Amino acid sequence: MPEPVLNPAIRVDGVSLTFGGATPVHALDDVSLRVEPGQFVSLVGPSGCGKSTLLKLLAGLVLPDAGSASIEGIPVAGRPGSAAFMPQRDLLLPWRRTIANAALGAELAGVSREQARSEARSLLPSFGLEGFERAWPAQLSGGMRQRLALLRTFLVPRDVMLLDEPFGALDAITRREMQQWLQAVWTEHQRSVLLVTHDVDEALVLSDVVFVMSPRPGRIVHRVDVPFARPRSVADTTTAEFASLKSELLDALEAAGRPVRRVEVSERTTRPA
Amino acid sequence: MTMRLVTRYVPAVLFLAALIVAWDIAVRAFDLQPYLLPGPGRVWHAFLEVRGTLPGHIRTTMTEALLGLGIACVLGAGIAALLAGFAPVRRVVYPLLVVSQNVPMIVMAPLIVVWFGFGIMPKALVVALICFFPIVVSTTDGLLRADRELVDLARSFGASRLQVLRTILVPSAVPSFFAGLQISATYAVLGAVIAEWVGASSGLGLFISRSQTAFRVDRVFVAVAVIAAVSILLFALVHLAARAAMPWQYAHGQNPEESR
Repeated sequence: MPEPVLNPAIRVDGVSLTFGGATPVHALDDVSLRVEPGQFVSLVGPSGCGKSTLLKLLAGLVLPDAGSASIEGIPVAGRPGSAAFMPQRDLLLPWRRTIANAALGAELAGVSREQARSEARSLLPSFGLEGFERAWPAQLSGGMRQRLALLRTFLVPRDVMLLDEPFGALDAITRREMQQWLQAVWTEHQRSVLLVTHDVDEALVLSDVVFVMSPRPGRIVHRVDVPFARPRSVADTTTAEFASLKSELLDALEAAGRPVRRVEVSERTTRPA
Repeated sequence: MTMRLVTRYVPAVLFLAALIVAWDIAVRAFDLQPYLLPGPGRVWHAFLEVRGTLPGHIRTTMTEALLGLGIACVLGAGIAALLAGFAPVRRVVYPLLVVSQNVPMIVMAPLIVVWFGFGIMPKALVVALICFFPIVVSTTDGLLRADRELVDLARSFGASRLQVLRTILVPSAVPSFFAGLQISATYAVLGAVIAEWVGASSGLGLFISRSQTAFRVDRVFVAVAVIAAVSILLFALVHLAARAAMPWQYAHGQNPEESR
Protein backbone atom coordinates (compact mmCIF):
# COMPACT_ATOMS: atom_id res chain seq x y z
CA MET A 1 0.00 0.00 0.00
CA PRO A 2 1.47 3.42 -0.92
CA GLU A 3 2.14 6.09 1.68
CA PRO A 4 -0.92 8.28 2.46
CA VAL A 5 1.05 11.47 1.71
CA LEU A 6 0.19 10.88 -1.93
CA ASN A 7 -3.06 12.31 -3.17
CA PRO A 8 -5.59 9.51 -3.58
CA ALA A 9 -6.15 8.57 -7.21
CA ILE A 10 -9.85 9.17 -6.75
CA ARG A 11 -11.56 10.92 -3.91
CA VAL A 12 -15.31 11.37 -3.62
CA ASP A 13 -16.65 13.31 -0.62
CA GLY A 14 -20.35 13.44 0.23
CA VAL A 15 -21.52 13.66 -3.36
CA SER A 16 -25.26 14.00 -3.98
CA LEU A 17 -26.94 14.43 -7.32
CA THR A 18 -30.53 14.76 -8.51
CA PHE A 19 -31.45 14.92 -12.16
CA GLY A 20 -34.14 17.52 -12.77
CA GLY A 21 -37.01 17.25 -15.20
CA ALA A 22 -40.68 16.33 -14.97
CA THR A 23 -39.90 13.47 -12.59
CA PRO A 24 -36.69 14.29 -10.73
CA VAL A 25 -34.40 11.32 -10.21
CA HIS A 26 -32.36 11.21 -7.03
CA ALA A 27 -29.32 9.39 -8.41
CA LEU A 28 -26.61 9.75 -5.74
CA ASP A 29 -26.98 10.36 -2.02
CA ASP A 30 -23.96 11.36 0.10
CA VAL A 31 -21.50 9.07 -1.67
CA SER A 32 -17.91 8.99 -0.40
CA LEU A 33 -15.07 6.72 -1.48
CA ARG A 34 -11.33 6.68 -2.12
CA VAL A 35 -9.16 4.85 -4.57
CA GLU A 36 -5.47 4.80 -3.74
CA PRO A 37 -2.86 5.05 -6.49
CA GLY A 38 -2.39 1.72 -8.24
CA GLN A 39 -5.49 0.21 -6.64
CA PHE A 40 -8.16 -1.73 -8.47
CA VAL A 41 -11.52 -0.84 -6.93
CA SER A 42 -14.95 -2.07 -7.96
CA LEU A 43 -18.37 -0.62 -7.39
CA VAL A 44 -21.19 -3.16 -7.48
CA GLY A 45 -24.87 -2.44 -7.32
CA PRO A 46 -28.15 -3.15 -9.03
CA SER A 47 -28.94 -1.62 -12.39
CA GLY A 48 -29.95 2.01 -12.23
CA CYS A 49 -28.39 2.63 -8.80
CA GLY A 50 -26.31 5.55 -10.01
CA LYS A 51 -23.00 3.72 -10.53
CA SER A 52 -22.67 5.00 -14.08
CA THR A 53 -23.63 8.48 -12.95
CA LEU A 54 -20.78 8.46 -10.45
CA LEU A 55 -18.32 7.55 -13.21
CA LYS A 56 -19.69 10.28 -15.49
CA LEU A 57 -19.26 12.70 -12.63
CA LEU A 58 -15.63 11.63 -12.20
CA ALA A 59 -15.18 11.97 -15.97
CA GLY A 60 -16.28 15.60 -15.58
CA LEU A 61 -19.44 15.15 -17.66
CA VAL A 62 -22.02 15.86 -14.95
CA LEU A 63 -21.89 18.18 -11.94
CA PRO A 64 -22.76 17.20 -8.35
CA ASP A 65 -25.44 19.12 -6.41
CA ALA A 66 -23.45 18.72 -3.21
CA GLY A 67 -20.08 17.36 -2.17
CA SER A 68 -16.87 17.23 -4.14
CA ALA A 69 -14.87 14.82 -6.25
CA SER A 70 -11.25 14.96 -7.28
CA ILE A 71 -8.80 12.94 -9.29
CA GLU A 72 -5.20 13.01 -8.11
CA GLY A 73 -6.08 15.98 -5.93
CA ILE A 74 -7.63 18.08 -8.70
CA PRO A 75 -11.41 18.76 -8.59
CA VAL A 76 -13.23 17.27 -11.56
CA ALA A 77 -16.44 19.35 -11.52
CA GLY A 78 -16.91 20.72 -15.03
CA ARG A 79 -13.33 19.81 -15.94
CA PRO A 80 -13.35 16.76 -18.18
CA GLY A 81 -10.08 15.16 -19.21
CA SER A 82 -8.52 14.12 -15.86
CA ALA A 83 -9.18 10.40 -16.24
CA ALA A 84 -9.41 7.77 -18.95
CA PHE A 85 -13.13 7.04 -19.19
CA MET A 86 -14.64 3.95 -20.78
CA PRO A 87 -18.43 4.09 -21.04
CA GLN A 88 -20.73 1.06 -21.17
CA ARG A 89 -21.14 1.01 -24.92
CA ASP A 90 -17.89 0.52 -26.80
CA LEU A 91 -18.61 3.76 -28.73
CA LEU A 92 -16.10 3.07 -31.47
CA LEU A 93 -16.28 5.58 -34.30
CA PRO A 94 -17.67 3.65 -37.30
CA TRP A 95 -15.64 5.82 -39.68
CA ARG A 96 -12.28 5.08 -38.08
CA ARG A 97 -10.25 1.92 -38.59
CA THR A 98 -8.81 0.00 -35.63
CA ILE A 99 -5.62 2.04 -35.22
CA ALA A 100 -7.37 5.39 -35.55
CA ASN A 101 -10.08 4.33 -33.08
CA ALA A 102 -7.49 3.16 -30.60
CA ALA A 103 -5.64 6.48 -30.86
CA LEU A 104 -8.76 8.68 -30.53
CA GLY A 105 -8.59 9.26 -26.78
CA ALA A 106 -4.87 9.91 -26.74
CA GLU A 107 -5.15 12.32 -29.68
CA LEU A 108 -7.92 14.28 -27.99
CA ALA A 109 -5.95 14.28 -24.73
CA GLY A 110 -3.11 16.07 -26.51
CA VAL A 111 -0.78 13.31 -27.71
CA SER A 112 0.45 13.88 -31.25
CA ARG A 113 -1.31 11.89 -33.93
CA GLU A 114 1.83 10.04 -35.01
CA GLN A 115 2.82 9.11 -31.47
CA ALA A 116 -0.69 8.03 -30.49
CA ARG A 117 -1.00 5.81 -33.55
CA SER A 118 2.43 4.25 -33.20
CA GLU A 119 1.72 3.46 -29.53
CA ALA A 120 -1.60 1.96 -30.56
CA ARG A 121 0.13 -0.16 -33.18
CA SER A 122 2.69 -1.46 -30.70
CA LEU A 123 -0.03 -2.47 -28.18
CA LEU A 124 -2.29 -4.23 -30.70
CA PRO A 125 -0.83 -7.70 -30.04
CA SER A 126 -1.31 -7.54 -26.27
CA PHE A 127 -4.93 -6.47 -26.83
CA GLY A 128 -5.53 -9.37 -29.18
CA LEU A 129 -6.07 -7.18 -32.22
CA GLU A 130 -3.03 -8.01 -34.29
CA GLY A 131 -3.85 -8.33 -37.97
CA PHE A 132 -6.96 -6.14 -37.67
CA GLU A 133 -5.19 -2.77 -38.03
CA ARG A 134 -7.20 -1.91 -41.14
CA ALA A 135 -10.57 -3.31 -40.04
CA TRP A 136 -13.62 -1.12 -39.52
CA PRO A 137 -15.42 -1.52 -36.16
CA ALA A 138 -18.36 -3.21 -37.92
CA GLN A 139 -15.99 -5.96 -39.02
CA LEU A 140 -14.90 -6.80 -35.46
CA SER A 141 -16.53 -9.25 -33.08
CA GLY A 142 -18.08 -8.11 -29.80
CA GLY A 143 -15.04 -9.17 -27.77
CA MET A 144 -12.64 -7.44 -30.15
CA ARG A 145 -14.67 -4.24 -30.10
CA GLN A 146 -14.57 -4.27 -26.31
CA ARG A 147 -10.80 -4.86 -26.28
CA LEU A 148 -10.37 -2.04 -28.77
CA ALA A 149 -12.40 0.27 -26.52
CA LEU A 150 -10.17 -0.78 -23.63
CA LEU A 151 -7.04 -0.14 -25.69
CA ARG A 152 -8.39 3.33 -26.51
CA THR A 153 -8.85 3.91 -22.75
CA PHE A 154 -5.37 2.58 -21.98
CA LEU A 155 -3.70 4.87 -24.49
CA VAL A 156 -5.10 7.99 -22.84
CA PRO A 157 -2.12 9.33 -20.89
CA ARG A 158 -3.88 9.40 -17.51
CA ASP A 159 -3.10 7.31 -14.45
CA VAL A 160 -6.75 6.84 -13.46
CA MET A 161 -9.12 4.65 -15.45
CA LEU A 162 -12.90 4.69 -15.06
CA LEU A 163 -14.45 1.54 -16.52
CA ASP A 164 -18.23 1.27 -16.79
CA GLU A 165 -19.28 -2.39 -17.13
CA PRO A 166 -16.65 -3.03 -19.79
CA PHE A 167 -17.78 -6.64 -20.27
CA GLY A 168 -21.51 -6.29 -19.68
CA ALA A 169 -22.44 -6.98 -23.28
CA LEU A 170 -20.35 -10.13 -23.64
CA ASP A 171 -21.35 -13.75 -23.20
CA ALA A 172 -20.22 -15.49 -20.01
CA ILE A 173 -17.25 -17.31 -21.55
CA THR A 174 -15.86 -14.30 -23.42
CA ARG A 175 -16.41 -12.20 -20.33
CA ARG A 176 -14.35 -14.56 -18.20
CA GLU A 177 -11.55 -14.53 -20.77
CA MET A 178 -11.62 -10.74 -20.84
CA GLN A 179 -11.45 -10.53 -17.04
CA GLN A 180 -8.36 -12.74 -16.97
CA TRP A 181 -6.85 -10.68 -19.68
CA LEU A 182 -7.69 -7.34 -18.02
CA GLN A 183 -6.11 -8.59 -14.81
CA ALA A 184 -2.90 -9.42 -16.69
CA VAL A 185 -2.82 -6.06 -18.47
CA TRP A 186 -3.50 -4.19 -15.24
CA THR A 187 -0.77 -6.08 -13.37
CA GLU A 188 1.65 -5.09 -16.10
CA HIS A 189 0.67 -1.41 -16.37
CA GLN A 190 -0.37 -0.63 -12.75
CA ARG A 191 -2.95 2.10 -13.21
CA SER A 192 -5.59 3.08 -10.68
CA VAL A 193 -8.92 1.64 -11.73
CA LEU A 194 -12.50 2.26 -10.66
CA LEU A 195 -14.66 -0.44 -12.23
CA VAL A 196 -18.44 -0.37 -12.21
CA THR A 197 -20.19 -3.71 -12.52
CA HIS A 198 -23.27 -5.60 -11.39
CA ASP A 199 -21.37 -8.87 -11.48
CA VAL A 200 -20.16 -9.82 -7.99
CA ASP A 201 -17.80 -12.53 -9.31
CA GLU A 202 -16.19 -10.06 -11.67
CA ALA A 203 -15.66 -7.57 -8.85
CA LEU A 204 -14.09 -10.21 -6.56
CA VAL A 205 -11.76 -11.62 -9.22
CA LEU A 206 -10.42 -8.24 -10.29
CA SER A 207 -10.44 -5.93 -7.27
CA ASP A 208 -8.45 -4.98 -4.21
CA VAL A 209 -11.53 -3.32 -2.73
CA VAL A 210 -15.22 -3.74 -3.54
CA PHE A 211 -17.84 -1.12 -2.63
CA VAL A 212 -21.53 -2.04 -2.59
CA MET A 213 -24.04 0.54 -3.70
CA SER A 214 -27.74 0.61 -2.79
CA PRO A 215 -30.58 1.03 -5.28
CA ARG A 216 -31.48 4.60 -6.18
CA PRO A 217 -30.69 6.93 -4.54
CA GLY A 218 -27.24 5.35 -4.69
CA ARG A 219 -25.35 5.19 -1.40
CA ILE A 220 -22.23 3.24 -0.43
CA VAL A 221 -23.56 0.63 2.00
CA HIS A 222 -20.70 -1.84 2.35
CA ARG A 223 -16.99 -2.29 1.75
CA VAL A 224 -15.07 -5.51 1.26
CA ASP A 225 -11.28 -5.82 1.08
CA VAL A 226 -10.32 -8.71 -1.17
CA PRO A 227 -7.32 -10.55 0.24
CA PHE A 228 -6.64 -13.14 -2.50
CA ALA A 229 -3.16 -13.23 -4.00
CA ARG A 230 -2.69 -12.35 -7.63
CA PRO A 231 -2.83 -13.51 -10.31
CA ARG A 232 -6.28 -14.91 -9.58
CA SER A 233 -7.68 -17.64 -11.74
CA VAL A 234 -11.03 -19.24 -12.34
CA ALA A 235 -10.02 -21.89 -9.80
CA ASP A 236 -9.96 -19.23 -7.07
CA THR A 237 -13.65 -18.55 -7.60
CA THR A 238 -14.52 -22.00 -6.28
CA THR A 239 -12.72 -21.69 -2.91
CA ALA A 240 -14.58 -21.40 0.37
CA GLU A 241 -13.15 -17.93 1.10
CA PHE A 242 -14.34 -16.69 -2.26
CA ALA A 243 -17.80 -18.12 -1.63
CA SER A 244 -18.02 -16.47 1.78
CA LEU A 245 -16.95 -13.07 0.44
CA LYS A 246 -19.40 -13.48 -2.39
CA SER A 247 -22.29 -14.21 -0.05
CA GLU A 248 -21.22 -11.26 2.14
CA LEU A 249 -21.49 -9.00 -0.92
CA LEU A 250 -24.80 -10.50 -2.03
CA ASP A 251 -26.21 -10.13 1.49
CA ALA A 252 -25.12 -6.49 1.53
CA LEU A 253 -26.79 -5.95 -1.83
CA GLU A 254 -29.95 -7.62 -0.62
CA ALA A 255 -29.98 -5.73 2.68
CA ALA A 256 -29.56 -2.48 0.77
CA GLY A 257 -33.01 -2.87 -0.73
CA ARG A 258 -34.03 -4.74 -3.77
CA PRO A 259 -33.44 -8.47 -4.11
CA VAL A 260 -30.60 -9.23 -6.45
CA ARG A 261 -30.70 -11.92 -9.07
CA ARG A 262 -28.02 -14.44 -8.29
CA VAL A 263 -27.75 -15.72 -11.82
CA GLU A 264 -25.68 -13.91 -14.37
CA VAL A 265 -28.03 -11.86 -16.43
CA SER A 266 -27.16 -9.15 -18.88
CA GLU A 267 -28.92 -6.05 -17.64
CA ARG A 268 -27.81 -3.78 -20.39
CA THR A 269 -31.12 -3.48 -22.17
CA THR A 270 -31.66 0.03 -20.84
CA ARG A 271 -29.30 2.96 -21.01
CA PRO A 272 -27.91 4.36 -17.76
CA ALA A 273 -29.68 7.31 -16.17
CA MET B 1 -20.12 -9.53 -59.48
CA THR B 2 -21.08 -9.14 -63.15
CA MET B 3 -23.77 -11.76 -62.57
CA ARG B 4 -25.16 -9.66 -59.70
CA LEU B 5 -25.17 -6.55 -61.90
CA VAL B 6 -27.05 -8.41 -64.63
CA THR B 7 -29.74 -9.76 -62.33
CA ARG B 8 -30.04 -6.32 -60.76
CA TYR B 9 -30.57 -4.25 -63.89
CA VAL B 10 -32.12 -6.71 -66.37
CA PRO B 11 -35.69 -6.39 -65.03
CA ALA B 12 -35.63 -2.58 -65.29
CA VAL B 13 -34.22 -2.69 -68.82
CA LEU B 14 -36.81 -5.26 -69.90
CA PHE B 15 -39.61 -3.15 -68.46
CA LEU B 16 -38.32 -0.08 -70.31
CA ALA B 17 -38.19 -2.06 -73.56
CA ALA B 18 -41.77 -3.23 -73.02
CA LEU B 19 -42.89 0.37 -72.50
CA ILE B 20 -41.22 1.45 -75.75
CA VAL B 21 -42.90 -1.39 -77.63
CA ALA B 22 -46.29 -0.46 -76.15
CA TRP B 23 -45.69 3.17 -77.10
CA ASP B 24 -44.91 2.14 -80.70
CA ILE B 25 -48.03 -0.05 -80.90
CA ALA B 26 -50.22 2.74 -79.49
CA VAL B 27 -48.92 5.34 -81.98
CA ARG B 28 -49.58 2.98 -84.91
CA ALA B 29 -52.94 1.70 -83.64
CA PHE B 30 -54.44 5.17 -83.03
CA ASP B 31 -52.65 6.70 -86.03
CA LEU B 32 -51.35 9.61 -83.90
CA GLN B 33 -49.93 12.66 -85.66
CA PRO B 34 -46.16 13.23 -85.08
CA TYR B 35 -46.74 16.78 -83.74
CA LEU B 36 -48.91 15.25 -81.02
CA LEU B 37 -47.00 12.09 -80.19
CA PRO B 38 -44.18 10.79 -82.39
CA GLY B 39 -43.39 7.07 -82.31
CA PRO B 40 -40.08 5.71 -81.02
CA GLY B 41 -38.78 5.23 -84.57
CA ARG B 42 -39.32 8.86 -85.41
CA VAL B 43 -37.65 9.98 -82.17
CA TRP B 44 -34.65 7.80 -83.02
CA HIS B 45 -34.39 9.47 -86.44
CA ALA B 46 -34.60 12.87 -84.81
CA PHE B 47 -31.76 11.81 -82.53
CA LEU B 48 -29.61 10.85 -85.53
CA GLU B 49 -30.36 14.28 -87.10
CA VAL B 50 -29.25 16.30 -84.08
CA ARG B 51 -26.48 14.13 -82.65
CA GLY B 52 -23.88 16.55 -84.02
CA THR B 53 -25.23 19.54 -82.12
CA LEU B 54 -26.35 17.73 -78.94
CA PRO B 55 -22.95 17.30 -77.20
CA GLY B 56 -22.46 21.08 -77.07
CA HIS B 57 -25.85 21.54 -75.41
CA ILE B 58 -25.18 18.68 -73.02
CA ARG B 59 -21.83 20.18 -72.04
CA THR B 60 -23.41 23.54 -71.27
CA THR B 61 -26.21 22.03 -69.19
CA MET B 62 -23.85 19.69 -67.32
CA THR B 63 -21.47 22.54 -66.51
CA GLU B 64 -24.34 24.57 -65.08
CA ALA B 65 -25.71 21.62 -63.15
CA LEU B 66 -22.34 20.63 -61.65
CA LEU B 67 -21.40 24.22 -60.82
CA GLY B 68 -24.78 24.79 -59.20
CA LEU B 69 -24.56 21.54 -57.28
CA GLY B 70 -21.07 22.49 -56.07
CA ILE B 71 -22.33 25.86 -54.83
CA ALA B 72 -25.28 24.09 -53.18
CA CYS B 73 -22.92 21.69 -51.35
CA VAL B 74 -20.72 24.44 -49.93
CA LEU B 75 -23.66 26.69 -49.10
CA GLY B 76 -25.77 23.83 -47.77
CA ALA B 77 -23.09 22.36 -45.51
CA GLY B 78 -22.17 25.82 -44.19
CA ILE B 79 -25.76 26.79 -43.40
CA ALA B 80 -26.37 23.36 -41.85
CA ALA B 81 -23.38 23.86 -39.53
CA LEU B 82 -24.78 27.24 -38.44
CA LEU B 83 -28.30 25.86 -37.95
CA ALA B 84 -27.08 22.87 -35.95
CA GLY B 85 -24.54 24.83 -33.91
CA PHE B 86 -26.72 27.74 -32.88
CA ALA B 87 -30.29 27.07 -31.75
CA PRO B 88 -31.38 30.76 -32.01
CA VAL B 89 -30.20 30.88 -35.63
CA ARG B 90 -32.13 27.68 -36.26
CA ARG B 91 -35.34 29.11 -34.83
CA VAL B 92 -35.09 32.26 -36.97
CA VAL B 93 -33.73 30.89 -40.24
CA TYR B 94 -35.24 27.42 -40.57
CA PRO B 95 -38.88 28.56 -41.08
CA LEU B 96 -37.70 31.12 -43.64
CA LEU B 97 -35.86 28.39 -45.53
CA VAL B 98 -39.00 26.26 -45.64
CA VAL B 99 -41.08 29.22 -46.86
CA SER B 100 -38.49 30.03 -49.51
CA GLN B 101 -39.00 26.57 -50.99
CA ASN B 102 -42.61 27.46 -51.78
CA VAL B 103 -41.59 30.18 -54.22
CA PRO B 104 -41.94 28.45 -57.60
CA MET B 105 -38.62 28.31 -59.42
CA ILE B 106 -40.44 28.98 -62.69
CA VAL B 107 -41.23 32.44 -61.25
CA MET B 108 -37.77 33.01 -59.77
CA ALA B 109 -35.74 31.87 -62.77
CA PRO B 110 -36.64 34.79 -65.10
CA LEU B 111 -35.91 37.28 -62.31
CA ILE B 112 -32.53 35.74 -61.60
CA VAL B 113 -31.66 35.84 -65.29
CA VAL B 114 -32.70 39.50 -65.42
CA TRP B 115 -30.56 40.24 -62.36
CA PHE B 116 -27.47 38.28 -63.35
CA GLY B 117 -27.49 38.23 -67.14
CA PHE B 118 -27.50 35.50 -69.73
CA GLY B 119 -24.24 33.71 -68.93
CA ILE B 120 -23.66 30.46 -67.06
CA MET B 121 -23.73 32.05 -63.59
CA PRO B 122 -27.48 32.74 -63.31
CA LYS B 123 -28.23 29.16 -64.39
CA ALA B 124 -25.82 27.74 -61.83
CA LEU B 125 -27.50 29.98 -59.27
CA VAL B 126 -30.95 28.61 -60.11
CA VAL B 127 -29.57 25.08 -59.79
CA ALA B 128 -27.96 25.98 -56.45
CA LEU B 129 -31.22 27.48 -55.14
CA ILE B 130 -33.10 24.31 -56.02
CA CYS B 131 -30.41 21.95 -54.73
CA PHE B 132 -29.27 23.47 -51.48
CA PHE B 133 -32.47 22.86 -49.52
CA PRO B 134 -32.37 19.04 -49.35
CA ILE B 135 -28.68 19.27 -48.43
CA VAL B 136 -29.34 21.78 -45.63
CA VAL B 137 -32.26 19.83 -44.14
CA SER B 138 -30.54 16.49 -44.29
CA THR B 139 -27.12 17.69 -43.06
CA THR B 140 -28.63 19.70 -40.20
CA ASP B 141 -30.53 16.61 -39.15
CA GLY B 142 -27.35 14.51 -39.32
CA LEU B 143 -25.42 17.01 -37.18
CA LEU B 144 -28.21 17.26 -34.60
CA ARG B 145 -28.69 13.53 -34.36
CA ALA B 146 -25.03 12.69 -33.74
CA ASP B 147 -24.74 10.22 -30.85
CA ARG B 148 -24.70 12.25 -27.60
CA GLU B 149 -22.61 9.55 -25.94
CA LEU B 150 -19.92 9.86 -28.62
CA VAL B 151 -19.82 13.60 -27.93
CA ASP B 152 -19.57 12.91 -24.18
CA LEU B 153 -16.78 10.40 -24.79
CA ALA B 154 -14.78 12.95 -26.77
CA ARG B 155 -15.37 15.56 -24.05
CA SER B 156 -14.26 13.11 -21.35
CA PHE B 157 -10.88 12.93 -23.11
CA GLY B 158 -10.65 16.72 -22.87
CA ALA B 159 -11.73 17.60 -26.43
CA SER B 160 -12.51 21.24 -27.25
CA ARG B 161 -15.73 22.29 -29.01
CA LEU B 162 -13.86 22.50 -32.30
CA GLN B 163 -12.34 19.04 -31.78
CA VAL B 164 -15.78 17.60 -31.02
CA LEU B 165 -17.08 19.17 -34.24
CA ARG B 166 -14.19 17.81 -36.29
CA THR B 167 -13.83 14.32 -34.84
CA ILE B 168 -17.46 13.46 -33.98
CA LEU B 169 -20.12 15.75 -35.46
CA VAL B 170 -18.88 16.25 -39.01
CA PRO B 171 -18.14 12.55 -39.69
CA SER B 172 -21.50 11.64 -38.10
CA ALA B 173 -23.27 13.92 -40.58
CA VAL B 174 -21.50 12.66 -43.71
CA PRO B 175 -24.09 9.94 -44.52
CA SER B 176 -26.94 12.45 -44.10
CA PHE B 177 -25.12 14.98 -46.27
CA PHE B 178 -24.87 12.44 -49.07
CA ALA B 179 -28.52 11.42 -48.64
CA GLY B 180 -29.45 15.06 -49.26
CA LEU B 181 -26.97 15.39 -52.10
CA GLN B 182 -28.49 12.39 -53.88
CA ILE B 183 -31.92 14.04 -53.86
CA SER B 184 -30.37 17.32 -55.02
CA ALA B 185 -28.46 15.66 -57.84
CA THR B 186 -31.71 14.42 -59.37
CA TYR B 187 -33.02 18.01 -59.46
CA ALA B 188 -29.82 19.64 -60.69
CA VAL B 189 -30.18 18.93 -64.43
CA LEU B 190 -33.85 19.85 -64.33
CA GLY B 191 -32.98 23.13 -62.64
CA ALA B 192 -30.44 23.99 -65.32
CA VAL B 193 -32.96 23.21 -68.08
CA ILE B 194 -35.60 25.46 -66.50
CA ALA B 195 -33.09 28.29 -66.22
CA GLU B 196 -32.03 27.88 -69.85
CA TRP B 197 -35.64 27.98 -70.94
CA VAL B 198 -35.80 31.60 -69.85
CA GLY B 199 -32.91 32.70 -71.98
CA ALA B 200 -29.70 31.07 -73.09
CA SER B 201 -27.40 30.76 -76.06
CA SER B 202 -26.73 27.05 -75.53
CA GLY B 203 -28.02 24.12 -73.47
CA LEU B 204 -30.71 21.45 -73.46
CA GLY B 205 -33.35 23.93 -72.25
CA LEU B 206 -32.70 26.13 -75.24
CA PHE B 207 -32.77 23.07 -77.49
CA ILE B 208 -36.21 22.11 -76.14
CA SER B 209 -37.74 25.57 -76.47
CA ARG B 210 -36.43 25.87 -80.05
CA SER B 211 -37.79 22.43 -80.94
CA GLN B 212 -41.15 23.32 -79.47
CA THR B 213 -41.53 26.53 -81.44
CA ALA B 214 -40.73 24.47 -84.54
CA PHE B 215 -43.34 21.82 -83.56
CA ARG B 216 -40.59 19.21 -83.53
CA VAL B 217 -42.06 17.12 -80.73
CA ASP B 218 -39.76 14.28 -81.75
CA ARG B 219 -36.74 16.44 -80.89
CA VAL B 220 -38.32 17.39 -77.56
CA PHE B 221 -38.51 13.67 -76.81
CA VAL B 222 -34.85 13.28 -77.73
CA ALA B 223 -34.01 16.04 -75.27
CA VAL B 224 -36.12 14.41 -72.55
CA ALA B 225 -34.31 11.11 -73.04
CA VAL B 226 -30.94 12.88 -72.91
CA ILE B 227 -31.90 14.74 -69.73
CA ALA B 228 -32.92 11.45 -68.13
CA ALA B 229 -29.63 9.82 -69.13
CA VAL B 230 -27.57 12.76 -67.89
CA SER B 231 -29.47 12.81 -64.58
CA ILE B 232 -28.81 9.12 -64.05
CA LEU B 233 -25.14 9.75 -64.78
CA LEU B 234 -25.02 12.55 -62.21
CA PHE B 235 -26.81 10.38 -59.67
CA ALA B 236 -24.27 7.60 -60.24
CA LEU B 237 -21.46 10.12 -59.85
CA VAL B 238 -22.79 11.21 -56.46
CA HIS B 239 -23.13 7.58 -55.47
CA LEU B 240 -19.47 6.98 -56.34
CA ALA B 241 -18.46 10.05 -54.36
CA ALA B 242 -20.45 8.75 -51.38
CA ARG B 243 -18.65 5.41 -51.62
CA ALA B 244 -15.29 7.13 -51.70
CA ALA B 245 -16.17 9.35 -48.73
CA MET B 246 -17.66 6.58 -46.57
CA PRO B 247 -15.59 3.44 -47.15
CA TRP B 248 -16.74 2.00 -43.82
CA GLN B 249 -20.33 1.84 -45.04
CA TYR B 250 -19.38 -0.36 -47.94
CA ALA B 251 -16.82 -2.65 -46.31
CA HIS B 252 -18.23 -6.13 -46.13
CA GLY B 253 -17.79 -9.25 -44.06
CA GLN B 254 -14.67 -10.64 -42.44
CA ASN B 255 -16.12 -10.46 -38.97
CA PRO B 256 -13.84 -13.05 -37.39
CA GLU B 257 -15.79 -14.57 -34.51
CA GLU B 258 -19.44 -13.91 -35.13
CA SER B 259 -21.77 -12.46 -37.71
CA ARG B 260 -23.70 -9.36 -36.83
